[in-house]
Amino acid sequence: MKPFSKLPRWLLSIPLALCLHSGLHAETVARYGISMADIPLTTGQPDRGAGAYQFTGHTLYDPLVAWEANISTRPGKLVAGLATAWKPDASDPKKWSFTLRHGVKFHDGSDFKADAVVWNLDKVLADKSPQFDAKQSAQVRSRIPSIASYRKVDEYTVEIVTKSVDALFPYQLPWFLISSPAQWEKLGKDWSKVALQPSGTGPFKLDKLVPRERAELVKNAAYWDKTRMAKTDRIVLLPIPDAMTRVNALLSGQVDIIETPPPDVLPQLKNGGFKLVQNVTPHVWPYHFSTQPGSPWTDIRVRKAANLAIDREAVVKLMGGLATAAKGQVDASSPWFGKPTFKLAYDLTAARALMAQAGYTKANPLKAKVIIAQGGTGQMLSLPMNEFIQQSLAEINIDITFEVVELENLYLHWRSGAKSDMNAGKGITAINLGYVTADPFYAITRFADSRYVAPNGVNWGGFNDPAVDALLDKIRTTFDVKAQDALLAQVHQTMVDQALMLWVVHDTNPHALSPKVKEFVQAQHWFQDLTTIRM
Amino acid sequence: MIFYILKRLLYAVPIALGVTLVAFMLVHLAPGDALNAIAPADAPADVIEALKAAYGLDRPLPVQYGLWLWRAVQGDLGTSIASGRAVAGEVLGAVSNTLMLAGVASLVGVLVGCVLGALAGYKSGSAIDRLATVLSVVGVSIPHYWLGLVLTIVFSITLGWLPAMGAGSDGSAAWLWDWQHLQYLVLPAATMSVIPMGIITRTVRALVAEMLNKEFVVALRARGLGEGAVFRHIAKNVAPTVLAVAGLQVGYLMGGSILVETVFSWPGTGFLLNTAIFQRDLPLLQGTILILCMFFVALNLVVDILQPLIDPRMVRA
Repeated sequence: MKPFSKLPRWLLSIPLALCLHSGLHAETVARYGISMADIPLTTGQPDRGAGAYQFTGHTLYDPLVAWEANISTRPGKLVAGLATAWKPDASDPKKWSFTLRHGVKFHDGSDFKADAVVWNLDKVLADKSPQFDAKQSAQVRSRIPSIASYRKVDEYTVEIVTKSVDALFPYQLPWFLISSPAQWEKLGKDWSKVALQPSGTGPFKLDKLVPRERAELVKNAAYWDKTRMAKTDRIVLLPIPDAMTRVNALLSGQVDIIETPPPDVLPQLKNGGFKLVQNVTPHVWPYHFSTQPGSPWTDIRVRKAANLAIDREAVVKLMGGLATAAKGQVDASSPWFGKPTFKLAYDLTAARALMAQAGYTKANPLKAKVIIAQGGTGQMLSLPMNEFIQQSLAEINIDITFEVVELENLYLHWRSGAKSDMNAGKGITAINLGYVTADPFYAITRFADSRYVAPNGVNWGGFNDPAVDALLDKIRTTFDVKAQDALLAQVHQTMVDQALMLWVVHDTNPHALSPKVKEFVQAQHWFQDLTTIRM
Repeated sequence: MIFYILKRLLYAVPIALGVTLVAFMLVHLAPGDALNAIAPADAPADVIEALKAAYGLDRPLPVQYGLWLWRAVQGDLGTSIASGRAVAGEVLGAVSNTLMLAGVASLVGVLVGCVLGALAGYKSGSAIDRLATVLSVVGVSIPHYWLGLVLTIVFSITLGWLPAMGAGSDGSAAWLWDWQHLQYLVLPAATMSVIPMGIITRTVRALVAEMLNKEFVVALRARGLGEGAVFRHIAKNVAPTVLAVAGLQVGYLMGGSILVETVFSWPGTGFLLNTAIFQRDLPLLQGTILILCMFFVALNLVVDILQPLIDPRMVRA
């Protein structure tokens, strides 16, 4: 008698069905409507700002030192990327040694070693090198300003020398991504071809790119970091710059995730079963005051009064809840927040008293001109919010007028500094520009250090406090992260106590998800980890 | 006629030069900086200066324009500052998408406009006339983007019949003329067609009503011609003017509607121009405007050639 002959035939088919199922499981696809007009650069260094790194940066590529972007409950921190360890030389702290990860391969199969790091640094910093790419260089050069030189020590060690002692240098490295030298060689040393067939070491590979229309990323099954494997097989990125079009695409089922839904459609989305995800985000929407001679904001009483005149919760309400009230330059949960004595409360009585002390009354109001953008990335609901601020400040006898420009033009005014003719010459004494506050340099140093007054940087208002400069010098030579954070908190305290800006709200980087999306971890950062998307 | 066509083609040269020069000057007069397209907002001065040199933006404006023109006449429209891709490829891809959209929208707009206008003209003062007048006024007045949004809410979100945006499930590069792809065209084409439909309805209505009062129509009827034959005579007399108006309208549509293409994320010239303007992407802007200008000139030339073929009284010298 044959074995199993008594078993029903359908039962025998179960193992076969299971085998087939494991090999032929349906591909999971997430379609993501992004707010950009084009797919960011795919060659290694994405263009279109910090928000673009989540799409074609940290998906296709890895940095030496990465940012922990797969946690939502606390601020992320620096973690090992393609370098497993990094430390400054004890005798010369300008020299940093990076130990590289073994066994990592690029998508094209070539090995990741020290030569690739040096080659990539040349790609963006050495304009005489054959692989130098002006476009990639433009994206990252200003984000890794500390690098003076670099060399390969051995196959798995690279030494980078900074221009001066800079303990904050590792924070610059999540911006610098490593692409494959072998792929560039294979594609005829042509970056435009690499854009269509890029090769990094990241958790996704690029499967298809239709400029301005879509990019399809597929899971890299051989990714070196098994704790960060993609939970979705394919992510389709669709540039949809118009906010209402993105919402319509989500509501009609053409996409599964969208960025920045407009506040007025939130009730409709919620009623339709769509999920809204937002989190603390390193961004602030401020008025950056000029403290140059002649500016009315040189008087700290006026700066403080302005901060006390704003009902921030009302602004949050205006934004449909897609914002959090600012208590300083960074969120109160940040390790760099500290304990400022000046509280950004809504207190009109105190504000009016300060204005009266400064000599401004209803009959003699303070007049100031603020330059603002009509809209654009990071500006939130620029015009309604600015009108709200204008009316709030009028309550305490500050009459502001606006110079409204396009965001691109606003950047020119910003880079030029408050003292320039294009600002001071036109009576502009404050600027409204949404700031990314992702790391110590972006959040604090560039605004507080007197050495970064324009044209050397974007300390727009010309803030100059020798005590703060001394603290910043100390931070640069403090390599212990906890001690570093404590010093940064001291600087931040001073910024708030000095009312360096009129801080209004923080963006929350909202995303709307269709019910098909089972999981998306939104980090407290502009860098998001698309490997966490699960359908 | 051949001499006339050659002459018109020669006229296109100064027109193209003028358009590119004006576009070049306007972009430079507008506040902002082309390098915003590629440099981070807080890029230090040395990075900006290096980029200016790399892209030739540090040279005097006449030199920049001259160099661009020299390359353009050799068929090289340069490289987009923002994307790093060849402008010619970018523009031609967008133009083909806009041609597809504008072609369908024009067809719908002209056909519906002619039928509605003819009916209204024939039945002047009737309910049909009043309906056609209302539709044409609405068509001309209604904001494109608003209509697009309303159509999307009704047909995509509420009824779920048609896609809300895009140019095909795999992008415009994989376009096929089947329903799976054509459905992406329905809403933007319908939105785009309302303006030409309104204008042509009004034009045809006025012309037909005017023709019906002409003596030759009375004469045709007196000679016992049926209404069909009379209509053919009227159509022949109306056609040259309608063709000229339709040519202009089709030309506008070929230029791409920034609003419609943005509302539907349709990857055409309007969408491209919008991006190029906001990014101050000068080579892309110049290339797109030049090619669109050439389209407009060519379309007008085609209309001018067709008019005498329909009405021999309009033979050109």
